[in-house]
Amino acid sequence: MTGTGSIGRRLTLLLALVAALLSVLSWSMVTGLSRQAVARTQDNVLAASATTIAETLRSEQGEVRLELPYSAFSMLGAISQDRVFYRVSAGDRVLTGYDDLPSPTGAAPGIGQVVFDTGDYSNETIRMASVTRLVLAGGQPVPVTVTVAQTRSGVSTISADLSRQAAILSVAFFLVAVGFSAIAARTSLRPLNEIAASVSRRGPSDLRPLRRDAPTELAPLMLSLNRLMGRLGQSIRRSEDFIAEAAHRIRTPLATVRAQAEIALRSVGDETEKRRLRQIIRAVDESSRSAGQLLDHATVIYRTDDLALSPVDLAELVGQTAAALEPTAAMKEIRLDVAATPARVMGDPVLLDNALRNVLDNAIKYSPEETEVSIRVTTKEDQVHITVTDEGPGLGDGPLGALTERFRRGDDTQGIVGSGLGLTIAEDVLLAHDGRLDLKNRDGGTGTCVTLVLPCS
Amino acid sequence: MRYLLVEDNLELSEAVVNRLALDGHAVDHAASLAEAEEWLSIASYDLILLDVMLPDGDGRDFLARSRARIETPVIVLTARSQVSDRVGALDQGADDYITKPFDFSELEARCRAVLRRRGGSARNEIDLGEAVFDPLAGTLSHHGTTLELRNREIRLLEVFARHQGQILSKSQLLDQLFSYDAQVTENAIEVYVGRLRRRIDGMGLRIETVRGVGYRIETRAP
Repeated sequence: MTGTGSIGRRLTLLLALVAALLSVLSWSMVTGLSRQAVARTQDNVLAASATTIAETLRSEQGEVRLELPYSAFSMLGAISQDRVFYRVSAGDRVLTGYDDLPSPTGAAPGIGQVVFDTGDYSNETIRMASVTRLVLAGGQPVPVTVTVAQTRSGVSTISADLSRQAAILSVAFFLVAVGFSAIAARTSLRPLNEIAASVSRRGPSDLRPLRRDAPTELAPLMLSLNRLMGRLGQSIRRSEDFIAEAAHRIRTPLATVRAQAEIALRSVGDETEKRRLRQIIRAVDESSRSAGQLLDHATVIYRTDDLALSPVDLAELVGQTAAALEPTAAMKEIRLDVAATPARVMGDPVLLDNALRNVLDNAIKYSPEETEVSIRVTTKEDQVHITVTDEGPGLGDGPLGALTERFRRGDDTQGIVGSGLGLTIAEDVLLAHDGRLDLKNRDGGTGTCVTLVLPCS
Repeated sequence: MRYLLVEDNLELSEAVVNRLALDGHAVDHAASLAEAEEWLSIASYDLILLDVMLPDGDGRDFLARSRARIETPVIVLTARSQVSDRVGALDQGADDYITKPFDFSELEARCRAVLRRRGGSARNEIDLGEAVFDPLAGTLSHHGTTLELRNREIRLLEVFARHQGQILSKSQLLDQLFSYDAQVTENAIEVYVGRLRRRIDGMGLRIETVRGVGYRIETRAP
């Protein structure tokens, strides 16, 4: 398909695009949520750790004392293998831990409140939690701040893992969705394809309306298709009827004139009158022949537009056509000598018969009395040749190609009834069958040799 | 021979009936299929000439319908040529078809061919003195000898046979044998008569030349 492309491909592409969007969206949501969940878990553990340490603060002899509980650090080890830092300070004095550990910035912490911050320490990103508690030391409340910090790399690894898994799932989801989209597109287009197939399976002359169940969306298409076929059928019938009617209207009165002229020819004695009557008969033959061939030509043109091909045995066809022309040939004591080997081609038998009939008709018409017209069917490689050879005057010296032009007649046609369409019709038929018409003067002696060439099936 | 002509065009029918009568044939005319049925129920024919387009139906349908009942050979008269015909006349059971307008010599040649093919139940022999001429079979018999004649010889002898005792001019023979072929001259008639004369030599017949007038067939009384 060209132009607007394939509906199926477009539908699949659209559905895949939607699936891709959804996949990316779900992946980014899962990633964000998992990162948040991991960060919150770390915060909670850090807060719990800081609070646990702060719980152990007490005053002893006016000094602030503490014990670092093991559990405060083991809980941090539970989530990841990240490094842990801490510091306990009373005011500006560091009681224990890492002196240079930064403390959370921002709003000054209220007593007992946990404050979180993110900062850098020894070239790593760390997450910190601080809690401040008042400890009575020497009768004075001293604010003691406990800060616990942890690096983030282990935590990031966890969220990266989760994100990767989410990505794998999303890609899998995307692939499955694309597969389903393709299937869905094909399934929903199947009725369309079935209609197309049932139309193309039909012969060229089968113009009955399509009777099959179709989805609601295709009903208008079916309806207009059926209407179109109806109109087409009607116009073909009308032109066939017109041709038949025209032939009938033209030829019936001509037949009357001819018969009356023949009767008159018998009853008059005067030579001049007889000559006139012969001229009438001749003119009648001439015009009926022309009318017939014009109508034939019209029929051949529209039949060749859409060939109804079927297997044809040319030997059989040649035999039948020759038999049909036998009485005409016998009138001039012309012998039709047929020799044929079976040769199968694909074609329209009515058209092929008409082409051969036109060629044979010419041969009989231009042959002198008591001669022979030979018809040979031979197979050469992948071609079938039907060769018609007569003992007539031949084709003369004019250009041979011009003889198949419409209304063109050869040089030596004086006194012979013809319209000049016979060879044109024959050539049209052969060209429509991927064949050709060869014209030449007969080898050795006068006569014409016409060959109808057709490809073997 | 006895013909039934089924044709709705009256002028054409009249011309065909008259023309066939000139050759000594009896012709009944039906203008419709219904009339044809009537004729067929009361008479028997050697041949039916059937038009295709008739007021009460298609001649070919009639043919397909009544083929089983009617054994008479049928030649379809058609204005259409074969390509434009949706259903071939021959497929419907016709023995042959001829396109209007037709040459009567050709019609006769076709009739002869059909009747010969059908085995010709019709007795169509013409007695020529001691000889018997069958234009249908194209044979001339005399005392156990049978001569096969060729198309043109049959037609020429038939003309003489139908005009026994009469003198036929070259011009008359020309008219009956070549109604339209302008190339044929009276000299050709001399050639054909000369050839027929040699062919039938010894068959009890003689074609006599009547100087300055024409020819006449002489038969020996049996």
